Amino acid sequence: MADILLLLAAAVLLALAASLVRILWGPTPADRMMGAQLAGTGGIAVLLLIAVASQQWAVVDVALVLALLAAFATVGFVKAASPDGAGDPEEEPW
Amino acid sequence: MVSIMDIATLAFASAGVAFFVAGTLGLLRFPDVHSRLHALTKADNLGLGLIVIGLMLQAGSLWLALKLGLVWLLAILAAATVSQLIARAALTGRPHTLSRSDP
Amino acid sequence: MTPALILDLLLCVLIGAVALSAVLARDLLAGIVLFIVYGLLAAVAWVRLDAIDVALAEAAIGAGLTGILLVGAAARLRRRGEGKNVEPTRGMRRAFGRAGQLALCAGGTAALIALALTLPRDGAGLRPLAEQNLAASGISNPVTAVLLNFRGYDTLLEVVVLLAAVIGVWSLTPDRFWGGVPGLRQHARPDGVLAYFGRLLPAVGFLVAVHLLWAGADAPGGAFQAGTVLAAVWLLAAMAGLTDAPAVSSRRLRLLLVLGPAFFLLVGSMGAFAGVFLGYPPSVSTASILAIEVLLAISIAAMLSLLVLGVPRRLP
Repeated sequence: MADILLLLAAAVLLALAASLVRILWGPTPADRMMGAQLAGTGGIAVLLLIAVASQQWAVVDVALVLALLAAFATVGFVKAASPDGAGDPEEEPW
Repeated sequence: MVSIMDIATLAFASAGVAFFVAGTLGLLRFPDVHSRLHALTKADNLGLGLIVIGLMLQAGSLWLALKLGLVWLLAILAAATVSQLIARAALTGRPHTLSRSDP
Repeated sequence: MTPALILDLLLCVLIGAVALSAVLARDLLAGIVLFIVYGLLAAVAWVRLDAIDVALAEAAIGAGLTGILLVGAAARLRRRGEGKNVEPTRGMRRAFGRAGQLALCAGGTAALIALALTLPRDGAGLRPLAEQNLAASGISNPVTAVLLNFRGYDTLLEVVVLLAAVIGVWSLTPDRFWGGVPGLRQHARPDGVLAYFGRLLPAVGFLVAVHLLWAGADAPGGAFQAGTVLAAVWLLAAMAGLTDAPAVSSRRLRLLLVLGPAFFLLVGSMGAFAGVFLGYPPSVSTASILAIEVLLAISIAAMLSLLVLGVPRRLP
């Protein structure tokens, strides 16, 4: 069973590789950030599968930290794209 | 003798990975930012969610299962916030200040 | 061809591809995003190599803090209009053309690989020694025992170096903002998504940091990882406009910064009176190590946040 879980992890890694294409191609910065988001979620999935496959439950902590910090770069980017560099896209006026 | 739990885990995990791959395909093939965002959320929520449900069945203790659930909840929280922010930033169409290519 | 091997091979290829793309990317943001993904994949690689403490640190720093640092730096460059690439001077370009740089890097990599291959296959190194003395160290996680007991000297110096880096960053302050507040004044819509995120996540982040710190005694974790998570969630609260950085001249901030290393030094000096600098009597070693870790985590959190925020740019 551990073997199949590792194969599934490899499949998720392949999907992650595909998201790299979007990061490189994406015409707009929003596309690149979405690629990053997918990579983050993919990384979490890979780590969880590895944790169960190898019965090393400490790896779930690594996935926890990743899940916690997943949104950071995107929040930073969205703030940086605001008029004064410190705003919020939901504020009026943008 | 493969137990019913193991079969269930593999079923859920495979379904999760399938949604993941589907979401990635969507991210690659859809025509514009907002539809790609739509595809991305499927991978985030359903993909990771089904994987986590499958793996929860393998966790020995309640504490571990709850930790796995927490990972998923945090991931959805982050994805939801980020999707809103990206969609707003993309909608208003400001000239993007970060990207510039080499001349 | 076991599944584990397939996974590891795929990981290696992916890491190489991401690293290459990050360096060769035409677009600045693409390069930054690829660097973050590289950090993420490196964390997975550390997990595959059974170095989970390192994976925790890599996930927190590579995928979290470095991301904000680079994005903020790129945005400031753009806002100041210094968007052009800096061309290498004539001499540099002649000495190290693209091919030259590539050859240098390839040569360095080849040398490292050759060195790694000469290491003994089953060399256990210092591991048996560490394992023998683990019981006496008061901590059952060997990594934490090495970091804070057997090689406490290194950790103390590392934290002092981090503090020196913060002081170095502060020394770049323009005269008119001396002692001012680092970073821009962040604001966000009070009932918007970002504000709610900034309220919810730091609470969870604090609990995760406490968990990492406490678990560091007998499972992967520790002061550095906990401090990094604390720094990251504090920065998020600041980015959501819920809190502002204190002025650099603030006494409380400076106290927080030196608290960890000072306490570490204090405990070490008390050990010196008993004969061994940074030695702990076995009866109190667990308690003193935990106390040191808590204060170190707080100080490291403050140091890392300040490093990301950067140079003071406004008056209090």
